[in-house]
Amino acid sequence: MEFDILGLNPLTVLVFGPGLSALIIAALPNNKVLSRWLSLALSLVIAAVAVAVFANYNNTFMDDPNVSAFQFQTQAEWFTLLGSSWHLGIDGISATMVLLTGILVPLAILISWEVDDRPSIHLALILFFEMGLMGVFVAMDLMVFFLFYELSLVPIYFLIDQWGGKNRKYAATKFMIYSVGGTLGMLLATQLIGWTAGTFDIQQLSQIWPRFMGENGSFLGIDINTVKGLSFAGFLIAFGIKVPIWPFHTWLPDAHGEAPTAGSMLLAGVMLKLGAYGFIRLVVPFFPDVWIGEINLLGLQFTAAGLFAFLAMLGIVLGAFAAFGQNDIKRLVAYSSVNHMGFVAIGIAAMAVAYGQAWANGSEEHMQSGIIAANGAVLQMFNHGLSSAAMFLLAGGIYHKTHTRDLREYGGLWVKAPIYGGIFIFTSMASLGLPGLNGFVSEFLVVRGTFPIFTWLTAISMIGLLFTGAYILKGIRATLHGPFNMKWRDTALEIEPREVVAVVPLMILIVITGIFPNWILPIINDSVTIMMHSITG
Amino acid sequence: MDLNNLNTLPWLIPVGPLLAFVIITLVTNKSRMVRADDSHEYGGHHPDYDGMNVPVVAPWSRVASIVVGLSGVISAWLISWRVFFEAISINQFGKDVIFADSIDWLSNGLDTFRMGVMVDPLTAVMLFMVPLAVLCIFIYSIGYMAHDPRQARFFSLISLFAGAMLTLVVADNILLVFVGWEVMGVCSYLLIGFWFEKKSAYNAAIKAFTVTRVADVVMLLGIAYLFFLSYEFYGFATLNFRDILYNEAFLEYAAGTNAIIFGGLGLSASAVIGIFLIIGTIGKSAQFPLHVWLPDAMEGPTPVSAMIHAAAMVSAGVYAVIRMYPLFDAGGHVHAGDFTAPLLLMAVIGSFTALFAATMGVVQRDVKGVLAYSTISQLGFMIAALGMGAFVAAFFHLITHAFFKALLFMSAGSVIHAMEHGEHHVHEHHAHDHHHDHHDEAHVESVGVGDEAGTHPPADAHAATEDPAEHPREAGTHFDPQDMMNMGGLRHKIPVTYYAFLAGGLSLAGFPLLTAGFWSKDEILADGWYVFRETGSGMHLIVFLVLALAAFLTAFYTMRQIGLTFWGEARTEEAEHAGLGGPESIISRTMQLPLIILAFFAIFAGFVGVPPDFPILGSIFAPNGNPFFDFTKYALMESIQPEKPTFSWIPVLTSFGVALGGLYLGWLIYWRNPLKAGDEDPIKQPLGVLYDLWMNRYYMDDLYGMVFVRPSQWFSAVVVSTFIDKGIIDGFLHLVARAFIWTGDLIKVLNLWLIDGVSDGIPEAIGHFGVWFRRIQTGRIQQYLLLAAAAAIIIGLIFVVSTTLLQAAG
Repeated sequence: MEFDILGLNPLTVLVFGPGLSALIIAALPNNKVLSRWLSLALSLVIAAVAVAVFANYNNTFMDDPNVSAFQFQTQAEWFTLLGSSWHLGIDGISATMVLLTGILVPLAILISWEVDDRPSIHLALILFFEMGLMGVFVAMDLMVFFLFYELSLVPIYFLIDQWGGKNRKYAATKFMIYSVGGTLGMLLATQLIGWTAGTFDIQQLSQIWPRFMGENGSFLGIDINTVKGLSFAGFLIAFGIKVPIWPFHTWLPDAHGEAPTAGSMLLAGVMLKLGAYGFIRLVVPFFPDVWIGEINLLGLQFTAAGLFAFLAMLGIVLGAFAAFGQNDIKRLVAYSSVNHMGFVAIGIAAMAVAYGQAWANGSEEHMQSGIIAANGAVLQMFNHGLSSAAMFLLAGGIYHKTHTRDLREYGGLWVKAPIYGGIFIFTSMASLGLPGLNGFVSEFLVVRGTFPIFTWLTAISMIGLLFTGAYILKGIRATLHGPFNMKWRDTALEIEPREVVAVVPLMILIVITGIFPNWILPIINDSVTIMMHSITG
Repeated sequence: MDLNNLNTLPWLIPVGPLLAFVIITLVTNKSRMVRADDSHEYGGHHPDYDGMNVPVVAPWSRVASIVVGLSGVISAWLISWRVFFEAISINQFGKDVIFADSIDWLSNGLDTFRMGVMVDPLTAVMLFMVPLAVLCIFIYSIGYMAHDPRQARFFSLISLFAGAMLTLVVADNILLVFVGWEVMGVCSYLLIGFWFEKKSAYNAAIKAFTVTRVADVVMLLGIAYLFFLSYEFYGFATLNFRDILYNEAFLEYAAGTNAIIFGGLGLSASAVIGIFLIIGTIGKSAQFPLHVWLPDAMEGPTPVSAMIHAAAMVSAGVYAVIRMYPLFDAGGHVHAGDFTAPLLLMAVIGSFTALFAATMGVVQRDVKGVLAYSTISQLGFMIAALGMGAFVAAFFHLITHAFFKALLFMSAGSVIHAMEHGEHHVHEHHAHDHHHDHHDEAHVESVGVGDEAGTHPPADAHAATEDPAEHPREAGTHFDPQDMMNMGGLRHKIPVTYYAFLAGGLSLAGFPLLTAGFWSKDEILADGWYVFRETGSGMHLIVFLVLALAAFLTAFYTMRQIGLTFWGEARTEEAEHAGLGGPESIISRTMQLPLIILAFFAIFAGFVGVPPDFPILGSIFAPNGNPFFDFTKYALMESIQPEKPTFSWIPVLTSFGVALGGLYLGWLIYWRNPLKAGDEDPIKQPLGVLYDLWMNRYYMDDLYGMVFVRPSQWFSAVVVSTFIDKGIIDGFLHLVARAFIWTGDLIKVLNLWLIDGVSDGIPEAIGHFGVWFRRIQTGRIQQYLLLAAAAAIIIGLIFVVSTTLLQAAG
């Protein structure tokens, strides 16, 4: 049931609410207590709106043709000349991401209460960041999407650069240049697509652009396939860096490792999903033919989707190995994101194959597998958001108390921090994909969906799943097990009540999603299904 | 919920233990901080915490945790038995009637995967065995864990363990089985590493989890494939056992479809799925080559060993393959000697493991070590039996084994407890001597006081406080209360344990006619022989012979173990003073009651499976046919129900021969001339090289360390993290960055030169600008933000104005 807030569209509130809150916090006198409580309160209001939007999302469109999959839409004139308009709206996929963002930001704010250095600006930046994230998820116009996509980089850059660890300058610069540089190609592609189609509306573009053939198969004198291939590459690199797809992932351990705890939580929890969301929302529907088109390189014959799945597999396997090789707790958790997002990526590849084949020749052969893989990918985005945020929260917590991230400096901490230890093991198990907790459901869906399409790549990915276990156990072993390191004899190591408050909501969602995934999955599934079936029928 | 609705009742079975886990974890697990060197308060297995305060479970919390944990298990036990007795009262239960219920669980496109519970004959029998064994283990744990500082955590984890096992048992699909399977894996990880300060404990825990995970990821792939295959056949996703195992059309389809992976090897879809699932069991049920984790798993508290070896973990692995048997058999007919690939794999792996593990069991010195290898070996019997198509016999052996192995482990736990008691007694005695000699060494006395309270600090802590010259043994290698060489003569000290152990041991050895182990093992051999005789299947004969040899070794090492532990005279002072703290103590009672219950089943459980044509006994115990056989066979479709083997003297005499022969040899070596203190193990000499080979576990652990563990560590740290990520990828990025900086520098130099050449005024202006700009740069973040906001507003305004103007113009 659609609703409004004081006459405003709730999505408008979700986008501008955080921005306005950031301005209020930044403008207020530099009072620690006030800015902390106020930013928490404001973010909770936004979270409430996000939850309300999710709860009121109506997925009866499968049975009722009068209901659109995109709801809470609002449209206003913007750059009419360019064909761009201020168009917001959400389907089940975006609703899931909005929910995730809405939930994570207050928890991150609660965690950043530990920051004593310029706290109000720190908190304002987090809220500002939320504005960028929300904007991307609710945009239905490509220009709006791009605007917020770039906007979200600014606050997180400053968060890393100003409040990060020892190596923060390097990490922040690398992250910023890599991200901005990566989006240049996408910017050009965006302009090209918008110009040729005469609109920036994503839904219309999904119909128009794949059919665009230029004039007799060439555009500005260039073969249309080359044009499409280059545009595809622009998007691929931009989103591939963000997800991150192997080998564009090396910014991630630096940025996540050096960022302040709240920054890491939101980076891993939400920001990586911008890339995956971009693939699902834009790249899959815009380039169905390119995904399944044959590429011939160095005598090897493969499809773009196959290459993408191959890189995803490398991310899963090598990400897990790299995590296993770390001795820095935050870098270990950061590499676990490469590993987990690899499952999102391989799921997207399977989805793209199913979508592309259906688009090209109406083949339904892989339709069910593609839908399941896409469901798995979106659910994995949500689940990884929960578990990685919780992992970073705990890693940050122990770093805050011991001032070291070196695993070899810990050891046997469980005896002094029994509650922390229990939560750490719980969260680690969620990250490991323990059945009964959330990660398993989405990983199983992805494996089920991709196995018939990328049979061998999925099978090899299982090595990554095995080493997920290895690095998780390494983390637990080094932190909690073993003889107690007497260095911390007089250090308070137990988790603080504030941290418990921040982690418990995540734990509850982790358990609920693991035991009963259908509280959220139908919302994702129905949007994915209608998107996939809309091409053939 | 309607308690009389037998379809929905199974949902409640795992709820009790799971709820107990939640309640203990969140509510009753409360500790207080106690100084670690206060051994009166902080007994148990801890390293030197050096004056630190460490958490110890509060007294009320100990009691509350026991009450909550026990309530959970008792509720599960009562509901399970109610369901069981309802089930056995139904004629041909499983054929048309089962208890089942399910809910929508996972949306998949246009359909929804359903998750549910189901009770068929297999489940029903498991519901008889599992809660009973778990209940015994819980009762035993009350005494065993009475003084542990983290006792509440133990009860919470073991409740979760029980809950996961029961979830697995009542599951109606393989995915839910996998959920219970993995949760048990984590529980075993946490419980094996329960005394997490010990290196051996956490290493064993990691080993158990990692080795089983090798198999689990393959199994997951098998489940995913099955999920896909069922969709292809039905048009909706299902993993429900009745859908995939009780439908001939589906099984034919699965066996007739070429597999999408390894299809080139001529394997059908059902064969590949079957092999993947069997690999899962090879890991979980510790079959060769993934058996290496189980012997180390005894690092956990003994009740955990009983849980892993008998009631839950490894039984779950065998249960899963028994459950999936129709899929493995699809496309072949094993009763006609026509093996499918999965069944052949099981026959080979199972029989090999049965013999392989038995050889290592022969030389073990650790009282729990012998049992660990015997578990691997007995699981091999079950897997081999299933591979031969002896469906009912494999399941029967699973049930009898669970009873006698739980019994044996808990008896071994009592032995260890008694030995530790003896150790404390000896130590106390020495400490007092010490005290009289050197009055100044008060700290030694304080340890002795702790011992009087019945706590048991680790032996190495003692060694540190002792004078090496006076007690050379303790100062050198610390006393191992689990080493059978240190025992002897315990039958006089702990008679109840002795008789319990004897019952379990004889059952394990397959002592003819009287014990449960005989009947189940005999049925396996009879089935193998029957198929060989009917069809001339050579594989069945080989399995039959290998298993017979393994059974001989089993009987031998069982006799060796009992002889070394209980017979002869005490070989150490500790064994001389071993005891359970008097018959009246609650610890002693809670640890003995379960032994008595389990001993009953270890002996008598076999009589439900006596073949009706067995001379004399058949007409007594099975006048209307073999009750176990006739009940469980309805877990299968009519077309693949096993035939009842007709009676033959050859397998029976073989069973008699190997059991009695092995026992006799053991008696000859270890009972007639019991080992004396300082003697070498009498089998060491005759075995020669084999002794070392078996003692070192065929060097497989070393091999795995060399081939898998260390290379993967090196690959992770050196190749992936350092070489690929930091070297190649980042190296490339840095190169690009440097190239840009050089280009920028070049332009800067050009600019300076140009500007210098043109005018003096402009550089001055630039200089001013630079100073101003630098001031902004070094300013605070607010200024940055302000600037960014201002810039955004200005740019936005320009856009808006220009578009409006252009619109107006156009």
